[in-house]
Amino acid sequence: MYIVEMLGITKTFGELVANDNVDFQLRKGEIHALLGENGAGKTTLMRILYGLYRQDTGIIKVDGKPVEIHSPKDAIANGIGMVTQHFALVPPMSVAENIVLGNTDGFVVNRAVIEEKVGAAAERFGIEINPKTLVRHLAVGQRQRVEILKALYRNAKVLILDEPTAVLVPQEVDALFETLNRLKADGLSVIFISHKLHEVTQITDRVTVLRDGKLIGTVDTSSMSQSKLAAMMVGRETFGVTRTDEQKQPQKATLRIQNLCAKNDQGMQSLTNITLDVHEGEILGIAGVGGNGQMELAETLCGVRACANGSIKLEGKELIGQTPAGFTQAGVGRIPEDRHEGMVGDLTVTENLALEHLNEFTRNGVLDHKAIRRQSELLIKQYQIKAKPNDPIRTLSGGNMQKVLLARVLSRNPKAVIVPQPTRGLDVGATDYVRQQLLEQKERGAAVLLISEDLDEILALSDRIAVIYEGEIVGILPAAEATPERLGLLMSGAVKEH
Amino acid sequence: MENSRPKLRFVKTDNPPVWVRPLLPVLALVVTFILTSGLIIWAKANPFEAYYQLLISPLMTRVNAIEVLVSATPLLLTGAAVTFAFAAGYYNIGAEGQLFAGAIAAAGLGVAMKDIPAIITIPSIIIAGFAAGMAWAWVPAILKVKLQVDEVVTTLLLNSVMGFIVSALLNGPWRDPNSGWPQSPEIGASAIFFKLIPRSRLSFGFLIGLIAIAVLWFLLTRTSFGLKMRAVGLGKPAAHFAGINVGRTTLIAALVSGGIAGVAGVALVCGIQYHLISDLSAGYGYTGIIIATLGSLNAVGVFIASLFFGLVDAGAQTVSRVLGVPVYLGEITQAAMLLVALGMFLLQRYRVRRM
Repeated sequence: MYIVEMLGITKTFGELVANDNVDFQLRKGEIHALLGENGAGKTTLMRILYGLYRQDTGIIKVDGKPVEIHSPKDAIANGIGMVTQHFALVPPMSVAENIVLGNTDGFVVNRAVIEEKVGAAAERFGIEINPKTLVRHLAVGQRQRVEILKALYRNAKVLILDEPTAVLVPQEVDALFETLNRLKADGLSVIFISHKLHEVTQITDRVTVLRDGKLIGTVDTSSMSQSKLAAMMVGRETFGVTRTDEQKQPQKATLRIQNLCAKNDQGMQSLTNITLDVHEGEILGIAGVGGNGQMELAETLCGVRACANGSIKLEGKELIGQTPAGFTQAGVGRIPEDRHEGMVGDLTVTENLALEHLNEFTRNGVLDHKAIRRQSELLIKQYQIKAKPNDPIRTLSGGNMQKVLLARVLSRNPKAVIVPQPTRGLDVGATDYVRQQLLEQKERGAAVLLISEDLDEILALSDRIAVIYEGEIVGILPAAEATPERLGLLMSGAVKEH
Repeated sequence: MENSRPKLRFVKTDNPPVWVRPLLPVLALVVTFILTSGLIIWAKANPFEAYYQLLISPLMTRVNAIEVLVSATPLLLTGAAVTFAFAAGYYNIGAEGQLFAGAIAAAGLGVAMKDIPAIITIPSIIIAGFAAGMAWAWVPAILKVKLQVDEVVTTLLLNSVMGFIVSALLNGPWRDPNSGWPQSPEIGASAIFFKLIPRSRLSFGFLIGLIAIAVLWFLLTRTSFGLKMRAVGLGKPAAHFAGINVGRTTLIAALVSGGIAGVAGVALVCGIQYHLISDLSAGYGYTGIIIATLGSLNAVGVFIASLFFGLVDAGAQTVSRVLGVPVYLGEITQAAMLLVALGMFLLQRYRVRRM
């Protein structure tokens, strides 16, 4: 008997087929992984189940009966709850208030009553949380627990978790899995969206694999190895990027960062005494859980955030105090973290490619449109950008946008390259391409600083790995010595290695 | 089955098909006609005849057609001024005040330089008008760049301040000693713009308007400063990241915008009125905003929109004269046309799809 059945689900967005005739069946009391790469259609399928999207064709059954789910309200009424990657919590309110929000009985909210009710629910479901605490005082893992409790409080029989571990450190992941196993024992059914194989094999009973919007198959987890699941997921046995593990002799430090301090947008200290050397022909990876100062570090090194203290030297030349254009001139290849904000969406590919080097294309203030166009056509070809020179940037896919940024920066053969989150949101093909480009930069002799929240990416590309925690570098290891466990401990702030 | 029933939905498209472009103004006109004809009937006139007088009859005689160009002169300048600022993402709502700043400079110098030959006087006045507009635009621009004070509020409020300054001048030191009216003394002959067509009101000011449009086109499309401006206007963070000095670019765009608006004031004083009067501008600074928007912030669009609004302006006079309806009907038509056209611009980004 299935508690939820989704049969023949198809959903299109314009030309894109996000779900192509997908079947998904969830048993009562199981943890069921929905596995696939970014863009495989996992989240779309679950958003349909939760009423955020409406399927084009196909039917949904709950407890064997066909249901119409037009909104999250309908989903909740059918006992379906969802915890998305971006929590829907109100930080200045207490846990109890957040949980009853939109679900209060009557007009008057009695704080003592709701705190007692929420406390009782937390105890019943075995979720450790103080209902009186303000959400803004909670760590990410605890906030996630509030979201889960919120769904359970509304009598969810089915819990959808969208990449629940993406925001957690390894220790918090363990706590989450414990909770899920306990809830499973109580009869709850869990849909676990993920693209991380070790988690899927660790926690789930069955796995449904999607690829390019199509159902590849549903299997018992115990019958599968990680490599078999990987093959189902990507459709091939190995990833495209392989690194050569030859140890190079220590090279000269191209980029020297010393005692760098900076504040975040709220004026709080967010980088403390960052000291790093990035050597010629090396990729230095910065690992860390999101929000530990990575964005501020990237912006400071790109010259777009003022630093309070410290020094950034490129081949001995001090960059602090320079304008962004000064950084570029000195030979820093700067790739913005948010490619949508890093390019002007309504300007064309050609214009965006020229934007960083306008002086070269200007004579007496007048643009040399021919030269700009020549460069654009050359780079489009060289970097395999799927766009025409006059297409507005906003019409490009994420992968092609990233290629435009890479082309703009890498074609100048910069001495150092700063790349924050270079493959975030990209599909496999584009990810491979970007990683290959970074390896080529390293081969060429550039000093590459790779900042990424994707640990697999850091492990796949870096020669050395530095871990950032609350704005401090808490450890630097050679790639050969870095295991996920050791990095996990550093990323959670539990230990420091100096 | 509910799923088999096709539904009509609005779907957003990034690239509207090219053929809708020329259709838009026509459609806008038809919709505006339908919207306003009720009012025209209420004013006891025939809407078809009113629209004929508004849009066709000004083009039927040479004298009237010239008058269309006269009406378009200040609009070319304020339209160019506003476009320049808007393209850089600086929302200058203060063209009206900057226009009067230029007009004050023109009226003052026009009297002071009475005895100096036109070849010196006129360029001096144009430069002074530009500088005065710039100066008036400087305060909100510097507040925006240094302290992030919202320019929409400051430029708009400064318009009222300028209104009081003009009023103070005209009722105080500059009151015409001969007539006693609140108008400045007439400017000297050497300050008066020569006529492009004899015995008409079409003066050198129209030529300046055309030059402004040409310069606008050149700057926006052919220069690196223009590209920087558009980059700042369309995506400040990206422009900053790419190494463009956002503050400086914004400041220059704001000042040049004010300068061009100041020249519009010069064109009105030296080309048409020969005095500074408080009714010098029929809201040309504000109409400039409409023109810049309808012209989609490009020079050709602004040129066409200016001529069209010049036509409506001239036509509104004719309508009221011939049919005896209030001149305000012309203004209502303009306003309705703006709203309809803006709606059209939004809707062209959507298409109807069967789901």
